[in-house]
Amino acid sequence: MINYTSNFKNINVNYKLKIKQDHCEFMVKIIKIENLNFAYSSNPENFVLKNINLEIDEGEFVILCGPTGCGKTTLIECINGLIPHFHSGVFVGNVIVAGKNTREYPVYEMSKHVGLVFQNPENQLISMNVEKELSFALENFGYNPIEIRKKVDEILKIMDIENIRYSAPYDLSGGQQQRVAIASILTLDPDIIILDEPTSNLDPMGAIKILELINQLNKEQGKTIILIEHRLEIVLKYSTRIIAMNNGQIILNDETKKAISNDILEDLGLRIPKIIKLYKLLKRDGFYIENIPLTIEDLAHEILKLAEYHD
Amino acid sequence: MIECYNIKYTYDGINYALDDICLKIDNAEFVGIIGENGAGKTTLAKCINGLLRPQYGKILIDGEDISKFSVAQIAKKIGFVFQNSDHQIFEQTVEDEIKFGLKNLKFSPEEIEERLENIIKKLDLEKYRNISPFELSGGERKRVALASILCLDPEILILDEPTLGQDMKQKEYLVKLIENLRKKGKTIIIITHDIEFAAEYIPRIIVMAKGKIIADGPREIITQNNFILEKSSVILPQLAQLTKILKSYNIFKSFNCNFADVHNYYYELKKYLKKK
Repeated sequence: MINYTSNFKNINVNYKLKIKQDHCEFMVKIIKIENLNFAYSSNPENFVLKNINLEIDEGEFVILCGPTGCGKTTLIECINGLIPHFHSGVFVGNVIVAGKNTREYPVYEMSKHVGLVFQNPENQLISMNVEKELSFALENFGYNPIEIRKKVDEILKIMDIENIRYSAPYDLSGGQQQRVAIASILTLDPDIIILDEPTSNLDPMGAIKILELINQLNKEQGKTIILIEHRLEIVLKYSTRIIAMNNGQIILNDETKKAISNDILEDLGLRIPKIIKLYKLLKRDGFYIENIPLTIEDLAHEILKLAEYHD
Repeated sequence: MIECYNIKYTYDGINYALDDICLKIDNAEFVGIIGENGAGKTTLAKCINGLLRPQYGKILIDGEDISKFSVAQIAKKIGFVFQNSDHQIFEQTVEDEIKFGLKNLKFSPEEIEERLENIIKKLDLEKYRNISPFELSGGERKRVALASILCLDPEILILDEPTLGQDMKQKEYLVKLIENLRKKGKTIIIITHDIEFAAEYIPRIIVMAKGKIIADGPREIITQNNFILEKSSVILPQLAQLTKILKSYNIFKSFNCNFADVHNYYYELKKYLKKK
Protein backbone atom coordinates (compact mmCIF):
# COMPACT_ATOMS: atom_id res chain seq x y z
CA MET A 1 0.00 0.00 0.00
CA ILE A 2 1.33 3.42 -0.87
CA ASN A 3 1.61 5.88 1.93
CA TYR A 4 -0.15 9.01 0.80
CA THR A 5 1.29 12.30 1.97
CA SER A 6 -0.35 15.68 2.14
CA ASN A 7 0.03 16.37 -1.58
CA PHE A 8 -1.37 12.98 -2.25
CA LYS A 9 -3.05 14.16 -5.46
CA ASN A 10 0.26 14.61 -7.28
CA ILE A 11 1.61 11.31 -6.17
CA ASN A 12 -1.55 9.72 -7.40
CA VAL A 13 -1.21 11.27 -10.84
CA ASN A 14 2.39 10.14 -11.19
CA TYR A 15 1.41 6.74 -10.06
CA LYS A 16 -1.27 6.48 -12.71
CA LEU A 17 1.18 7.58 -15.42
CA LYS A 18 3.57 4.95 -14.31
CA ILE A 19 0.86 2.33 -14.53
CA LYS A 20 0.07 3.44 -18.05
CA GLN A 21 3.71 3.17 -19.08
CA ASP A 22 4.04 -0.30 -17.70
CA HIS A 23 0.79 -1.44 -19.33
CA CYS A 24 0.09 -2.95 -16.01
CA GLU A 25 -3.48 -3.80 -15.02
CA PHE A 26 -2.89 -2.97 -11.40
CA MET A 27 -5.19 -0.25 -10.13
CA VAL A 28 -5.04 1.85 -7.01
CA LYS A 29 -7.35 0.48 -4.35
CA ILE A 30 -8.89 3.62 -2.95
CA ILE A 31 -10.96 1.77 -0.36
CA LYS A 32 -9.81 -1.33 1.40
CA ILE A 33 -11.88 -2.93 4.14
CA GLU A 34 -10.42 -5.90 6.02
CA ASN A 35 -12.47 -8.20 8.26
CA LEU A 36 -14.68 -5.40 9.51
CA ASN A 37 -17.15 -6.15 12.28
CA PHE A 38 -19.17 -3.50 14.02
CA ALA A 39 -21.82 -3.25 16.76
CA TYR A 40 -23.30 0.03 18.06
CA SER A 41 -22.55 0.76 21.71
CA SER A 42 -26.28 0.82 22.44
CA ASN A 43 -26.47 -2.84 21.52
CA PRO A 44 -22.92 -4.27 21.68
CA GLU A 45 -23.99 -7.90 21.31
CA ASN A 46 -25.64 -7.32 17.98
CA PHE A 47 -23.11 -6.98 15.16
CA VAL A 48 -24.67 -4.94 12.37
CA LEU A 49 -21.64 -5.48 10.14
CA LYS A 50 -20.17 -8.95 9.99
CA ASN A 51 -16.86 -9.86 8.47
CA ILE A 52 -16.87 -7.30 5.67
CA ASN A 53 -14.02 -7.57 3.18
CA LEU A 54 -14.11 -5.16 0.30
CA GLU A 55 -11.79 -3.44 -2.15
CA ILE A 56 -12.87 -0.62 -4.42
CA ASP A 57 -10.75 0.75 -7.24
CA GLU A 58 -10.32 4.41 -7.98
CA GLY A 59 -12.88 5.69 -10.48
CA GLU A 60 -15.44 2.96 -9.92
CA PHE A 61 -19.18 3.60 -9.80
CA VAL A 62 -20.59 1.21 -7.22
CA ILE A 63 -24.24 0.59 -6.40
CA LEU A 64 -24.74 -0.56 -2.83
CA CYS A 65 -28.09 -2.23 -2.26
CA GLY A 66 -29.91 -4.55 0.10
CA PRO A 67 -33.10 -4.71 2.17
CA THR A 68 -33.78 -1.96 4.72
CA GLY A 69 -31.76 -2.38 7.89
CA CYS A 70 -29.12 -4.59 6.24
CA GLY A 71 -26.25 -2.30 7.24
CA LYS A 72 -25.72 -0.16 4.12
CA THR A 73 -25.73 3.15 5.95
CA THR A 74 -23.56 1.75 8.75
CA LEU A 75 -21.01 0.58 6.18
CA ILE A 76 -20.72 3.98 4.51
CA GLU A 77 -20.37 5.66 7.89
CA CYS A 78 -17.40 3.36 8.47
CA ILE A 79 -15.86 4.55 5.21
CA ASN A 80 -15.99 8.24 6.06
CA GLY A 81 -14.89 7.70 9.64
CA LEU A 82 -18.14 8.74 11.38
CA ILE A 83 -17.77 5.23 12.75
CA PRO A 84 -15.86 4.79 15.05
CA HIS A 85 -15.25 8.49 15.82
CA PHE A 86 -18.78 9.89 16.05
CA HIS A 87 -20.92 6.78 16.58
CA SER A 88 -19.04 4.61 19.02
CA GLY A 89 -19.28 0.88 19.40
CA VAL A 90 -17.40 -2.38 19.04
CA PHE A 91 -15.18 -1.89 16.01
CA VAL A 92 -13.04 -4.80 14.82
CA GLY A 93 -10.97 -4.82 11.63
CA ASN A 94 -9.54 -2.11 9.40
CA VAL A 95 -10.96 0.44 7.03
CA ILE A 96 -8.28 2.02 4.87
CA VAL A 97 -9.36 4.92 2.69
CA ALA A 98 -6.87 6.65 0.39
CA GLY A 99 -4.13 4.92 2.33
CA LYS A 100 -5.37 6.20 5.69
CA ASN A 101 -6.66 3.91 8.39
CA THR A 102 -9.89 5.55 9.61
CA ARG A 103 -9.08 4.46 13.15
CA GLU A 104 -6.05 6.74 13.20
CA TYR A 105 -7.46 9.81 11.48
CA PRO A 106 -10.26 12.09 12.72
CA VAL A 107 -13.44 12.63 10.70
CA TYR A 108 -12.38 16.07 9.47
CA GLU A 109 -9.24 14.55 7.97
CA MET A 110 -11.25 11.79 6.28
CA SER A 111 -13.74 14.35 4.95
CA LYS A 112 -11.04 15.58 2.57
CA HIS A 113 -11.13 12.18 0.92
CA VAL A 114 -14.72 11.09 1.39
CA GLY A 115 -17.76 13.29 0.80
CA LEU A 116 -21.07 12.02 2.12
CA VAL A 117 -24.40 13.21 0.72
CA PHE A 118 -27.41 12.31 2.79
CA GLN A 119 -30.81 11.15 1.62
CA ASN A 120 -32.47 14.30 2.77
CA PRO A 121 -30.60 17.51 1.86
CA GLU A 122 -32.56 19.41 4.52
CA ASN A 123 -30.54 17.52 7.13
CA GLN A 124 -27.31 18.71 5.59
CA LEU A 125 -27.87 22.34 4.59
CA ILE A 126 -27.34 24.83 7.38
CA SER A 127 -26.43 28.24 5.97
CA MET A 128 -28.51 31.26 5.03
CA ASN A 129 -27.49 31.23 1.38
CA VAL A 130 -25.94 28.90 -1.14
CA GLU A 131 -22.63 30.78 -1.35
CA LYS A 132 -22.16 30.58 2.42
CA GLU A 133 -23.12 26.92 2.38
CA LEU A 134 -20.35 26.20 -0.10
CA SER A 135 -17.76 28.28 1.78
CA PHE A 136 -18.53 26.65 5.12
CA ALA A 137 -16.18 23.68 4.93
CA LEU A 138 -13.41 25.69 3.28
CA GLU A 139 -13.57 28.33 6.02
CA ASN A 140 -13.35 25.60 8.62
CA PHE A 141 -10.21 24.27 7.00
CA GLY A 142 -8.72 27.75 7.12
CA TYR A 143 -8.40 28.52 3.42
CA ASN A 144 -7.86 32.20 2.63
CA PRO A 145 -10.81 34.24 1.29
CA ILE A 146 -9.40 34.54 -2.24
CA GLU A 147 -8.98 30.80 -2.56
CA ILE A 148 -12.45 30.22 -1.12
CA ARG A 149 -14.07 32.58 -3.64
CA LYS A 150 -12.23 30.94 -6.52
CA LYS A 151 -13.22 27.45 -5.41
CA VAL A 152 -16.86 28.40 -4.78
CA ASP A 153 -17.12 30.04 -8.23
CA GLU A 154 -15.73 26.93 -9.83
CA ILE A 155 -18.11 24.56 -8.06
CA LEU A 156 -21.16 26.77 -8.70
CA LYS A 157 -20.31 26.56 -12.39
CA ILE A 158 -19.75 22.78 -12.43
CA MET A 159 -23.06 22.17 -10.66
CA ASP A 160 -24.90 24.75 -12.77
CA ILE A 161 -26.28 26.61 -9.77
CA GLU A 162 -24.76 30.07 -10.34
CA ASN A 163 -28.26 31.50 -10.65
CA ILE A 164 -29.16 30.57 -7.09
CA ARG A 165 -25.91 31.74 -5.52
CA TYR A 166 -27.66 34.10 -3.09
CA SER A 167 -30.82 32.08 -2.48
CA ALA A 168 -31.60 30.52 0.86
CA PRO A 169 -31.40 26.71 0.74
CA TYR A 170 -34.85 26.32 2.29
CA ASP A 171 -36.39 28.35 -0.55
CA LEU A 172 -35.08 25.94 -3.17
CA SER A 173 -36.79 22.95 -4.74
CA GLY A 174 -35.77 19.44 -3.69
CA GLY A 175 -33.64 18.98 -6.81
CA GLN A 176 -31.84 22.28 -6.32
CA GLN A 177 -31.25 21.49 -2.64
CA GLN A 178 -29.69 18.17 -3.58
CA ARG A 179 -27.45 19.99 -6.09
CA VAL A 180 -26.34 22.38 -3.36
CA ALA A 181 -25.68 19.47 -0.98
CA ILE A 182 -23.50 17.75 -3.58
CA ALA A 183 -21.78 21.05 -4.39
CA SER A 184 -20.94 21.62 -0.73
CA ILE A 185 -19.26 18.21 -0.68
CA LEU A 186 -17.30 18.95 -3.85
CA THR A 187 -15.62 22.05 -2.41
CA LEU A 188 -13.14 19.89 -0.52
CA ASP A 189 -12.45 17.95 -3.70
CA PRO A 190 -12.87 14.47 -2.22
CA ASP A 191 -11.79 11.45 -4.28
CA ILE A 192 -14.74 9.45 -3.12
CA ILE A 193 -18.35 10.62 -3.09
CA ILE A 194 -20.88 8.51 -1.24
CA LEU A 195 -24.56 9.21 -1.75
CA ASP A 196 -27.27 7.66 0.39
CA GLU A 197 -30.40 7.51 -1.81
CA PRO A 198 -29.78 11.00 -3.17
CA THR A 199 -32.80 11.03 -5.47
CA SER A 200 -35.47 9.44 -3.37
CA ASN A 201 -37.21 12.75 -2.60
CA LEU A 202 -37.16 13.87 -6.22
CA ASP A 203 -39.55 13.27 -9.09
CA PRO A 204 -38.24 10.94 -11.82
CA MET A 205 -37.03 13.72 -14.15
CA GLY A 206 -35.29 15.49 -11.26
CA ALA A 207 -33.75 12.18 -10.20
CA ILE A 208 -32.34 11.52 -13.65
CA LYS A 209 -30.79 15.00 -13.79
CA ILE A 210 -28.99 14.40 -10.48
CA LEU A 211 -27.82 10.95 -11.61
CA GLU A 212 -26.49 12.39 -14.88
CA LEU A 213 -24.56 14.89 -12.82
CA ILE A 214 -23.13 12.18 -10.58
CA ASN A 215 -22.21 10.20 -13.67
CA GLN A 216 -20.42 13.24 -15.06
CA LEU A 217 -18.39 13.60 -11.85
CA ASN A 218 -17.45 9.95 -12.20
CA LYS A 219 -16.58 9.90 -15.90
CA GLU A 220 -15.08 13.37 -16.33
CA GLN A 221 -13.45 14.03 -12.99
CA GLY A 222 -12.64 10.45 -12.09
CA LYS A 223 -14.42 10.55 -8.73
CA THR A 224 -15.11 7.21 -7.15
CA ILE A 225 -18.85 6.92 -6.54
CA ILE A 226 -20.69 4.76 -4.06
CA LEU A 227 -24.44 5.07 -4.44
CA ILE A 228 -27.11 3.55 -2.25
CA GLU A 229 -30.23 3.15 -4.34
CA HIS A 230 -33.28 0.92 -4.35
CA ARG A 231 -34.51 1.85 -7.80
CA LEU A 232 -32.03 -0.19 -9.79
CA GLU A 233 -33.82 0.59 -13.04
CA ILE A 234 -32.60 4.17 -13.10
CA VAL A 235 -28.99 3.66 -11.92
CA LEU A 236 -27.99 0.44 -13.60
CA LYS A 237 -26.56 1.95 -16.76
CA TYR A 238 -24.09 4.20 -14.94
CA SER A 239 -22.57 1.64 -12.63
CA THR A 240 -19.51 -0.59 -12.90
CA ARG A 241 -20.30 -2.80 -9.97
CA ILE A 242 -23.12 -3.91 -7.67
CA ILE A 243 -22.61 -4.82 -4.05
CA ALA A 244 -25.55 -6.36 -2.22
CA MET A 245 -25.81 -6.73 1.54
CA ASN A 246 -28.07 -8.73 3.80
CA ASN A 247 -27.99 -9.04 7.60
CA GLY A 248 -24.75 -7.11 7.87
CA GLN A 249 -22.88 -9.22 5.34
CA ILE A 250 -21.86 -8.71 1.75
CA ILE A 251 -23.56 -11.46 -0.20
CA LEU A 252 -22.91 -10.30 -3.73
CA ASN A 253 -20.05 -8.28 -5.15
CA ASP A 254 -19.71 -8.41 -8.91
CA GLU A 255 -19.53 -6.30 -12.04
CA THR A 256 -22.91 -4.85 -13.00
CA LYS A 257 -23.87 -7.17 -15.85
CA LYS A 258 -23.02 -10.33 -13.98
CA ALA A 259 -24.55 -9.13 -10.74
CA ILE A 260 -27.86 -8.02 -12.18
CA SER A 261 -28.54 -11.40 -13.76
CA ASN A 262 -27.77 -13.15 -10.48
CA ASP A 263 -30.89 -14.49 -8.78
CA ILE A 264 -29.59 -13.45 -5.36
CA LEU A 265 -30.88 -9.90 -5.90
CA GLU A 266 -34.39 -11.12 -6.49
CA ASP A 267 -34.22 -13.48 -3.52
CA LEU A 268 -33.25 -10.50 -1.36
CA GLY A 269 -36.56 -8.90 -2.25
CA LEU A 270 -34.96 -6.10 -4.28
CA ARG A 271 -36.86 -4.71 -7.19
CA ILE A 272 -35.31 -6.09 -10.35
CA PRO A 273 -35.90 -3.84 -13.35
CA LYS A 274 -38.64 -5.14 -15.65
CA ILE A 275 -36.27 -5.26 -18.61
CA ILE A 276 -33.96 -7.61 -16.70
CA LYS A 277 -36.91 -9.84 -15.82
CA LEU A 278 -37.94 -9.89 -19.46
CA TYR A 279 -34.36 -10.67 -20.49
CA LYS A 280 -34.24 -13.60 -18.06
CA LEU A 281 -37.52 -14.99 -19.41
CA LEU A 282 -36.30 -14.74 -23.01
CA LYS A 283 -33.06 -16.42 -22.08
CA ARG A 284 -34.83 -19.19 -20.16
CA ASP A 285 -36.78 -20.16 -23.25
CA GLY A 286 -33.70 -20.31 -25.42
CA PHE A 287 -33.89 -17.01 -27.29
CA TYR A 288 -30.37 -15.93 -28.17
CA ILE A 289 -29.46 -12.61 -26.59
CA GLU A 290 -25.92 -11.49 -27.03
CA ASN A 291 -25.52 -8.85 -24.30
CA ILE A 292 -27.16 -8.49 -20.94
CA PRO A 293 -29.25 -5.32 -21.40
CA LEU A 294 -28.75 -2.47 -18.92
CA THR A 295 -31.05 -0.01 -20.66
CA ILE A 296 -34.39 -0.20 -22.41
CA GLU A 297 -32.63 0.66 -25.69
CA ASP A 298 -30.26 -2.30 -25.23
CA LEU A 299 -33.15 -4.71 -24.83
CA ALA A 300 -35.11 -3.16 -27.72
CA HIS A 301 -32.03 -3.67 -29.87
CA GLU A 302 -31.80 -7.34 -28.90
CA ILE A 303 -35.51 -7.90 -29.56
CA LEU A 304 -35.18 -6.24 -32.96
CA LYS A 305 -32.38 -8.66 -33.76
CA LEU A 306 -34.57 -11.58 -32.69
CA ALA A 307 -37.44 -10.35 -34.86
CA GLU A 308 -35.19 -9.94 -37.89
CA TYR A 309 -33.69 -13.35 -37.34
CA HIS A 310 -37.17 -14.80 -37.51
CA ASP A 311 -37.94 -12.93 -40.71
CA MET B 1 -66.32 9.66 0.81
CA ILE B 2 -64.19 12.69 -0.07
CA GLU B 3 -65.59 15.45 -2.26
CA CYS B 4 -63.64 18.51 -3.34
CA TYR B 5 -65.42 21.35 -5.08
CA ASN B 6 -63.35 23.94 -6.96
CA ILE B 7 -60.71 24.24 -4.30
CA LYS B 8 -57.93 26.78 -4.66
CA TYR B 9 -54.98 27.25 -2.38
CA THR B 10 -52.17 29.76 -2.48
CA TYR B 11 -49.21 30.01 -0.13
CA ASP B 12 -48.02 33.43 -1.25
CA GLY B 13 -51.18 35.04 -2.56
CA ILE B 14 -49.87 35.12 -6.14
CA ASN B 15 -49.35 31.58 -7.40
CA TYR B 16 -52.01 28.97 -6.93
CA ALA B 17 -50.55 25.71 -5.61
CA LEU B 18 -54.00 24.25 -6.12
CA ASP B 19 -56.02 25.69 -8.94
CA ASP B 20 -59.65 24.71 -9.17
CA ILE B 21 -59.49 21.11 -8.04
CA CYS B 22 -62.63 19.01 -8.30
CA LEU B 23 -62.39 15.49 -7.09
CA LYS B 24 -64.49 12.69 -5.71
CA ILE B 25 -63.11 9.64 -3.97
CA ASP B 26 -65.48 6.92 -2.82
CA ASN B 27 -65.24 4.79 0.29
CA ALA B 28 -62.84 1.85 0.05
CA GLU B 29 -61.14 3.28 -3.02
CA PHE B 30 -57.39 2.98 -3.52
CA VAL B 31 -56.12 6.06 -5.32
CA GLY B 32 -52.65 7.15 -6.37
CA ILE B 33 -51.73 10.79 -6.94
CA ILE B 34 -48.71 11.28 -9.19
CA GLY B 35 -46.98 14.36 -10.59
CA GLU B 36 -43.69 16.24 -10.50
CA ASN B 37 -42.28 18.04 -7.46
CA GLY B 38 -44.33 21.13 -6.80
CA ALA B 39 -47.38 19.91 -8.71
CA GLY B 40 -49.54 20.34 -5.62
CA LYS B 41 -49.91 16.73 -4.52
CA THR B 42 -48.96 17.26 -0.91
CA THR B 43 -50.86 20.56 -0.74
CA LEU B 44 -54.00 18.75 -1.85
CA ALA B 45 -53.50 16.07 0.79
CA LYS B 46 -52.96 18.70 3.47
CA CYS B 47 -56.18 20.48 2.44
CA ILE B 48 -58.09 17.22 2.72
CA ASN B 49 -56.89 16.58 6.25
CA GLY B 50 -57.41 20.17 7.33
CA LEU B 51 -53.76 21.13 7.90
CA LEU B 52 -54.26 23.75 5.20
CA ARG B 53 -57.55 25.54 4.63
CA PRO B 54 -58.27 26.35 0.98
CA GLN B 55 -59.09 30.00 0.25
CA TYR B 56 -61.80 29.01 -2.25
CA GLY B 57 -64.08 26.03 -2.66
CA LYS B 58 -65.13 23.44 -0.15
CA ILE B 59 -64.24 19.95 0.91
CA LEU B 60 -66.79 17.47 2.16
CA ILE B 61 -65.94 14.32 4.06
CA ASP B 62 -68.86 11.92 4.27
CA GLY B 63 -71.07 14.78 3.23
CA GLU B 64 -69.93 17.21 5.92
CA ASP B 65 -68.03 20.41 5.22
CA ILE B 66 -64.67 20.10 6.98
CA SER B 67 -64.17 23.85 7.38
CA LYS B 68 -66.21 23.71 10.59
CA PHE B 69 -64.03 20.98 12.15
CA SER B 70 -60.70 21.42 13.91
CA VAL B 71 -57.59 19.55 12.71
CA ALA B 72 -57.88 17.32 15.79
CA GLN B 73 -61.44 16.37 14.90
CA ILE B 74 -60.47 15.61 11.33
CA ALA B 75 -57.48 13.57 12.56
CA LYS B 76 -59.89 10.99 13.96
CA LYS B 77 -61.14 10.33 10.47
CA ILE B 78 -58.07 10.95 8.34
CA GLY B 79 -54.60 9.59 9.02
CA PHE B 80 -51.70 11.31 7.29
CA VAL B 81 -48.22 9.80 7.06
CA PHE B 82 -45.58 12.35 6.02
CA GLN B 83 -43.02 11.82 3.29
CA ASN B 84 -40.17 12.60 5.64
CA SER B 85 -40.81 10.55 8.75
CA ASP B 86 -38.43 12.79 10.73
CA HIS B 87 -41.09 15.49 10.54
CA GLN B 88 -43.41 13.20 12.41
CA ILE B 89 -41.27 11.22 14.82
CA PHE B 90 -40.07 12.77 18.06
CA GLU B 91 -40.51 10.37 21.00
CA GLN B 92 -37.81 8.50 22.93
CA THR B 93 -38.85 4.98 22.03
CA VAL B 94 -40.83 3.33 19.26
CA GLU B 95 -43.46 2.28 21.79
CA ASP B 96 -43.96 5.87 23.05
CA GLU B 97 -44.11 7.13 19.50
CA ILE B 98 -47.01 4.82 18.71
CA LYS B 99 -48.78 5.58 21.99
CA PHE B 100 -48.60 9.35 21.50
CA GLY B 101 -51.49 9.68 19.07
CA LEU B 102 -53.63 7.22 21.00
CA LYS B 103 -53.15 9.18 24.22
CA ASN B 104 -54.04 12.42 22.46
CA LEU B 105 -57.26 10.98 21.17
CA LYS B 106 -58.04 10.00 24.78
CA PHE B 107 -58.34 6.25 24.46
CA SER B 108 -58.49 4.24 27.68
CA PRO B 109 -55.18 2.69 28.92
CA GLU B 110 -56.45 -0.82 28.15
CA GLU B 111 -57.46 0.18 24.66
CA ILE B 112 -54.06 1.83 24.12
CA GLU B 113 -52.20 -1.33 25.20
CA GLU B 114 -54.33 -3.50 22.99
CA ARG B 115 -53.91 -1.34 19.90
CA LEU B 116 -50.17 -0.99 20.55
CA GLU B 117 -49.61 -4.74 20.75
CA ASN B 118 -51.74 -5.24 17.70
CA ILE B 119 -49.89 -2.78 15.48
CA ILE B 120 -46.44 -3.85 16.69
CA LYS B 121 -47.25 -7.38 15.67
CA LYS B 122 -48.79 -6.30 12.38
CA LEU B 123 -45.85 -4.19 11.25
CA ASP B 124 -43.17 -6.47 12.70
CA LEU B 125 -41.72 -3.87 15.07
CA GLU B 126 -41.32 -6.12 18.12
CA LYS B 127 -37.54 -6.01 18.19
CA TYR B 128 -37.46 -2.22 17.99
CA ARG B 129 -40.11 -1.36 20.56
CA ASN B 130 -37.79 -0.15 23.28
CA ILE B 131 -35.20 1.67 21.22
CA SER B 132 -35.19 5.22 19.94
CA PRO B 133 -36.75 5.63 16.48
CA PHE B 134 -33.76 7.76 15.52
CA GLU B 135 -31.47 4.73 15.77
CA LEU B 136 -33.45 3.02 13.04
CA SER B 137 -32.74 3.11 9.33
CA GLY B 138 -34.78 5.44 7.09
CA GLY B 139 -37.01 2.62 5.86
CA GLU B 140 -37.68 1.31 9.36
CA ARG B 141 -38.49 4.80 10.62
CA LYS B 142 -41.10 5.06 7.88
CA ARG B 143 -42.71 1.92 9.24
CA VAL B 144 -42.82 3.40 12.74
CA ALA B 145 -44.49 6.53 11.39
CA LEU B 146 -47.02 4.36 9.56
CA ALA B 147 -47.68 2.32 12.72
CA SER B 148 -48.33 5.44 14.79
CA ILE B 149 -51.05 6.50 12.37
CA LEU B 150 -52.51 3.06 11.59
CA CYS B 151 -53.19 2.35 15.26
CA LEU B 152 -55.60 5.30 15.30
CA ASP B 153 -57.69 3.26 12.85
CA PRO B 154 -58.60 6.19 10.56
CA GLU B 155 -61.34 5.87 7.93
CA ILE B 156 -59.14 7.53 5.32
CA LEU B 157 -55.41 6.98 5.13
CA ILE B 158 -53.15 9.32 3.16
CA LEU B 159 -49.59 8.13 2.60
CA ASP B 160 -47.04 10.57 1.19
CA GLU B 161 -44.38 8.59 -0.70
CA PRO B 162 -44.69 5.41 1.37
CA THR B 163 -42.41 3.40 -0.93
CA LEU B 164 -39.31 5.57 -0.48
CA GLY B 165 -36.42 3.60 0.92
CA GLN B 166 -38.53 0.45 1.04
CA ASP B 167 -37.39 -2.75 -0.60
CA MET B 168 -39.70 -4.96 -2.66
CA LYS B 169 -40.63 -7.17 0.28
CA GLN B 170 -41.78 -4.15 2.30
CA LYS B 171 -43.68 -2.77 -0.67
CA GLU B 172 -45.52 -6.02 -1.19
CA TYR B 173 -46.28 -6.07 2.50
CA LEU B 174 -47.62 -2.53 2.25
CA VAL B 175 -49.88 -3.57 -0.62
CA LYS B 176 -51.23 -6.49 1.39
CA LEU B 177 -51.86 -4.19 4.32
CA ILE B 178 -53.73 -1.78 2.07
CA GLU B 179 -55.83 -4.59 0.60
CA ASN B 180 -56.84 -5.63 4.11
CA LEU B 181 -57.74 -2.06 5.03
CA ARG B 182 -59.86 -1.75 1.90
CA LYS B 183 -61.77 -4.88 2.81
CA LYS B 184 -62.72 -3.08 6.02
CA GLY B 185 -64.01 -0.19 3.92
CA LYS B 186 -61.08 2.19 4.46
CA THR B 187 -60.09 4.66 1.78
CA ILE B 188 -56.40 4.82 0.81
CA ILE B 189 -54.70 7.70 -0.98
CA ILE B 190 -51.05 7.35 -1.94
CA ILE B 191 -48.90 10.21 -3.19
CA THR B 192 -46.03 8.82 -5.21
CA HIS B 193 -43.37 9.31 -7.88
CA ASP B 194 -42.98 5.60 -8.16
CA ILE B 195 -44.64 4.94 -11.51
CA GLU B 196 -43.70 1.24 -11.60
CA PHE B 197 -45.34 0.79 -8.21
CA ALA B 198 -48.42 2.74 -9.27
CA ALA B 199 -48.75 0.83 -12.55
CA GLU B 200 -48.53 -2.45 -10.72
CA TYR B 201 -50.77 -1.96 -7.72
CA ILE B 202 -52.90 1.19 -7.71
CA PRO B 203 -56.22 0.84 -9.58
CA ARG B 204 -57.04 4.53 -9.96
CA ILE B 205 -54.42 7.15 -10.76
CA ILE B 206 -54.79 10.92 -10.58
CA VAL B 207 -52.13 12.93 -12.41
CA MET B 208 -51.38 16.47 -11.24
CA ALA B 209 -49.36 19.22 -12.89
CA LYS B 210 -49.01 22.87 -11.89
CA GLY B 211 -51.82 22.77 -9.35
CA LYS B 212 -54.35 21.13 -11.63
CA ILE B 213 -55.61 17.62 -12.12
CA ILE B 214 -54.70 16.80 -15.72
CA ALA B 215 -55.90 13.20 -15.75
CA ASP B 216 -57.87 10.84 -13.57
CA GLY B 217 -58.64 7.26 -14.49
CA PRO B 218 -57.79 3.56 -14.33
CA ARG B 219 -54.08 2.71 -14.34
CA GLU B 220 -54.22 0.79 -17.64
CA ILE B 221 -55.18 3.95 -19.47
CA ILE B 222 -53.05 6.46 -17.56
CA THR B 223 -49.78 4.51 -17.65
CA GLN B 224 -49.95 4.08 -21.40
CA ASN B 225 -50.64 7.70 -22.16
CA ASN B 226 -47.31 9.22 -23.00
CA PHE B 227 -48.73 12.71 -23.38
CA ILE B 228 -50.17 12.84 -19.89
CA LEU B 229 -47.10 11.40 -18.26
CA GLU B 230 -44.77 13.72 -20.12
CA LYS B 231 -46.78 16.72 -19.02
CA SER B 232 -46.50 15.60 -15.44
CA SER B 233 -42.78 14.85 -15.82
CA VAL B 234 -43.34 11.29 -14.73
CA ILE B 235 -41.55 8.64 -16.74
CA LEU B 236 -43.36 5.82 -18.53
CA PRO B 237 -43.06 2.33 -17.02
CA GLN B 238 -40.08 0.47 -18.52
CA LEU B 239 -42.14 -1.98 -20.55
CA ALA B 240 -44.22 0.86 -21.98
CA GLN B 241 -41.02 2.59 -23.08
CA LEU B 242 -39.78 -0.65 -24.62
CA THR B 243 -43.02 -1.06 -26.57
CA LYS B 244 -42.78 2.50 -27.81
CA ILE B 245 -39.30 1.89 -29.23
CA LEU B 246 -40.34 -1.41 -30.81
CA LYS B 247 -43.41 0.20 -32.36
CA SER B 248 -41.25 2.91 -33.88
CA TYR B 249 -39.50 0.09 -35.77
CA ASN B 250 -42.84 -1.27 -36.95
CA ILE B 251 -42.52 -4.25 -34.69
CA PHE B 252 -45.21 -5.31 -32.30
CA LYS B 253 -47.56 -2.71 -33.73
CA SER B 254 -50.88 -3.94 -32.52
CA PHE B 255 -49.45 -4.83 -29.17
CA ASN B 256 -51.48 -3.87 -26.15
CA CYS B 257 -51.23 -5.31 -22.67
CA ASN B 258 -50.69 -4.55 -19.04
CA PHE B 259 -47.26 -3.00 -18.66
CA ALA B 260 -47.09 -3.89 -15.01
CA ASP B 261 -47.01 -7.62 -15.57
CA VAL B 262 -43.77 -8.97 -17.06
CA HIS B 263 -45.11 -12.49 -17.52
CA ASN B 264 -48.11 -11.29 -19.43
CA TYR B 265 -45.87 -9.07 -21.57
CA TYR B 266 -43.44 -11.91 -22.21
CA TYR B 267 -46.31 -14.18 -23.21
CA GLU B 268 -47.42 -11.66 -25.85
CA LEU B 269 -43.86 -11.05 -27.01
CA LYS B 270 -43.16 -14.77 -27.35
CA LYS B 271 -46.34 -15.24 -29.35
CA TYR B 272 -45.24 -12.45 -31.66
CA LEU B 273 -41.71 -13.76 -32.11
CA LYS B 274 -42.94 -17.32 -32.73
CA LYS B 275 -45.41 -16.14 -35.35
CA LYS B 276 -42.73 -14.39 -37.36
